[in-house]
Amino acid sequence: MTKTQKRILKFSIAFALAFSVCPTVSAMHIMEGYLPPAFCIAWGVICVPFVVKGFYVIRKIITENRKAVTVLAMAGAYIFVISALKIPSVTGSCSHMTGTGLGAILFGSCTVSILGMIVLIFQAILLAHGGLTTLGANIFSMAIAGPFVSYAVYAICKKCRMNRNMGVFLAAMLGDLFTYCVTSVQLALTYQKEGGSVLSSAAEFFGVFVPTQLPLAVVEGLLTVMIMMALENYAKPELKAIGFEKSV
Amino acid sequence: MKREGKIAVILFVMVIAIVAIPLFALKGAEFGGSDDAGSQKVEELTGEYEPWFTPVFETALNGEIPGEVESLLFCVQTGIGVGVVAFLMGRFVERKKYEKSDSSC
Repeated sequence: MTKTQKRILKFSIAFALAFSVCPTVSAMHIMEGYLPPAFCIAWGVICVPFVVKGFYVIRKIITENRKAVTVLAMAGAYIFVISALKIPSVTGSCSHMTGTGLGAILFGSCTVSILGMIVLIFQAILLAHGGLTTLGANIFSMAIAGPFVSYAVYAICKKCRMNRNMGVFLAAMLGDLFTYCVTSVQLALTYQKEGGSVLSSAAEFFGVFVPTQLPLAVVEGLLTVMIMMALENYAKPELKAIGFEKSV
Repeated sequence: MKREGKIAVILFVMVIAIVAIPLFALKGAEFGGSDDAGSQKVEELTGEYEPWFTPVFETALNGEIPGEVESLLFCVQTGIGVGVVAFLMGRFVERKKYEKSDSSC
């Protein structure tokens, strides 16, 4: 990273901190118009440093590591596919997966924030799914918090020398679930019953999202294992190029 | 390779099972979106809630996106994704094949 890049990154972090601390936090896809403007701005601002970092990482990949571009495109396309599939779940309602686990495992969580953002903007504008005003909150839950958990879980599994497929599965599954946990909390911070606390309201939203999402998280885990196996089989040079497969 | 192929088949069957079973087990369920379930919950918690901003596309259309068009757009999204994944995967697979035949010559 050059000096200017570092400076911009630092500035964006400071910017986010300055703003996110101020509002006395009075804010999977949150629907358009369902967050008050203050929350929309706050969540959006929190996302800025991650997106800026992600932008530089991606630019570095594109300029310095041509081999990795194909895998990057693959990770992005995977999010596209997975997040478009609405799948019926045991609770009798449909939900969709996030697909961010693959990118997070391969490239780290910041890169995914850009990929996820593209998908979310696409869905917000063309599909009226999610929304432009809630974009910040949705980026935070789907493209930052979820991938971050995926990345962390995968790193831990690797440290423990767990079977790689198992690690990928857990990472993708927990990342997906965590996305919805964050969404619940985001909604709970905004909406409480009269006299109810944030916690009780968060529990209510958990009750809506988590049972629906659980089987889907498992599906996402399985699919991610499948595509990882395919990549390991056919794209070894690329995985080496991004430093994913050092030991081989 | 053979073992991996088997694992892949097993995983695929599991995915299909997880997706299909609720559909048959819960006959007559509505299968609405869980995002909508979220908005219902919001109304339950706070009473009537009027979103203060409507999606740009819906504003432009002056109403909701027709269901068929919405599924079309979702298909377009899936199509773009599958296209890229399949194209790249195809390249990888072919490359491996050529590498093999090169080394065997």
